[in-house]
Amino acid sequence: MRNSFVSRVPVVIVGACIAVAVALVSAQAPSYRAPRTADGKPNFNGIWQAINSANYDIEAHAAAPSPVLELGAAGAIPGGLGIVEGGTLPYRPEALTKRNENRANRLKLDPEVKCYLPGVPRATYMPFPFQIIQSQKHIMLIHEYASAVRTIYMADQTEAPADSWMGWSNGRWEGESLVVDTKGFNDLSWFDRSGNFHSDALHVVERFTARSADTLNYEATIEDPKVFTRPFKISMPLYRRVEPNAQILEFRCVEFVEDLLYGHLRKQPSQ
Amino acid sequence: MINTKTTKRTKATKRVGLLAPFMTLMIFVTSVMFVSAQNPAYKTPRTPDGQPDLQGFWSNATYTPLERPDNVTKEFYTPEEALAAEKTAAARENAQTEPGTTADVHYDFTQFGLDRSQATLARSLRTSLIVDPKNGKLPAITEEGKKILAARSEEAKKLGGRWDSAQANQLDDRCIIMAGPGPPMMDAAYNSNYQIVQAPGYVMILTEMIHDARIIPLDGRPQPPAAVRQWMGISRGRWEGDTLVIETTNFNGKNPFRGSTENMKVVERLRRASDDTIEYNFTVEDRSMWVRPWSAEAVMRKTMGPLFEHACHEGNYGLYNTLVGARLDEQKARESATKKDSK
Repeated sequence: MRNSFVSRVPVVIVGACIAVAVALVSAQAPSYRAPRTADGKPNFNGIWQAINSANYDIEAHAAAPSPVLELGAAGAIPGGLGIVEGGTLPYRPEALTKRNENRANRLKLDPEVKCYLPGVPRATYMPFPFQIIQSQKHIMLIHEYASAVRTIYMADQTEAPADSWMGWSNGRWEGESLVVDTKGFNDLSWFDRSGNFHSDALHVVERFTARSADTLNYEATIEDPKVFTRPFKISMPLYRRVEPNAQILEFRCVEFVEDLLYGHLRKQPSQ
Repeated sequence: MINTKTTKRTKATKRVGLLAPFMTLMIFVTSVMFVSAQNPAYKTPRTPDGQPDLQGFWSNATYTPLERPDNVTKEFYTPEEALAAEKTAAARENAQTEPGTTADVHYDFTQFGLDRSQATLARSLRTSLIVDPKNGKLPAITEEGKKILAARSEEAKKLGGRWDSAQANQLDDRCIIMAGPGPPMMDAAYNSNYQIVQAPGYVMILTEMIHDARIIPLDGRPQPPAAVRQWMGISRGRWEGDTLVIETTNFNGKNPFRGSTENMKVVERLRRASDDTIEYNFTVEDRSMWVRPWSAEAVMRKTMGPLFEHACHEGNYGLYNTLVGARLDEQKARESATKKDSK
């Protein structure tokens, strides 16, 4: 008995060593130190894009057919494991009913179909790149989709002067992270194409943290007591568009939706 | 019915006698305002990464026309003449909502900031923004240009009347693009506000209407292939001393600037002349439209931030409602025609 106890000691020690090593390695990922700007802040300048299917549905979902028959497989919905911590959104019962109605009428109601501004956090994971232009006083998030723009005020911070689609963002540095507090939303944008929605009580706190030279961790805590029973968290990596000629192009979609929105009001040839 | 605006104006006229000394002071103040802060000793501030610093909120709201008025021959006004020209232009602008008219009932331009009376004016003593040709006018149109203009007007006719479809309306009424972003960047009649933010390798110019951000790379990269054409073209920039030089090509030609085509090339020069002034000069070259390039000199004046979200398309009830109104009018006309027939 004694012998076998002694013989086990090194096994335990080796096991402990491995555990410590694993702990150290996993602790290293979040402690990646981003390159600095000239004024000493983590440098997030660049063109970034999410690679996931959250814009279809932020909750976990299986692949599904296209909502537009003519588009066949080209318009079909790819599956996704979801970006919501815990898997499902904590809707209030009446809000869940509304979400399901939204979903049933998504082609009529989704603001993206009408080329409306995407809101937050949806802008971040639309299937389009966005560019961060980082200065001391203002950090700009310039989205390709619908030329949606967010100004993050790092100085001269105020309350939202009025409700808006993209909200009013004040930012601060917390070590390696850029923390962005956004309020002052209207109740018109959605979280995805599946009808997940919010009210004008939406409050989003986002954290951008570099995880390597070409990836960021993006997480957001979303609070909206009119729609959800508790705050919830979403998270995803963002990837740098590393093509040397990468740039934000115009996606001025208003022109693309005029026939959809106003076509029925076109003058008919006189009978 | 007493019209308050008219009453105020009459009272104001009576008080002029008392105001004479004040007016003299105003003219003095104005002359100071018009003389641009040409300080050769001005040292352009730097961003932390060493670029000349153009950052902040700027306005290019102006009453100075692009082309010199026909009755003006000189290049510069005196400060008094400039103030008079400004007043005339402002009065003409406000006449659009003359008291007692339908337009005035709809909304008051001044009250809703739809004129320049509440704007930070980027004043200049120039009689026109165009400085070359010397006569302050656009150059002659080429033979090709005449054909292009004729073809455009044929295309416009095909669209029918303004209320026949969304597409028959102007680009700004459709919330597609306004005059502000250009390039070249021009006064947009109201909200002529810009925000400049710089990061290493980039200058970003955000135009309030319609939240159009132009991100200008400074790394000398080439223009993309001609197949990539955009409303605002594609801009490439570089620093020449303290002057930001931006070259823009690859326009889609769907938003002609004073007649320009997709072959337009715009070269803009921005230089900070003082803490509250950017000199903004540009040259337009489009051999499909004009016999020679032409140049203009304008000013951007520091203004109060921040910029607000101009969600134009999202709130475009105007376009929707006018189309609905036009279809209802037609329906009414058809109904009354049917009634007449049955009588």
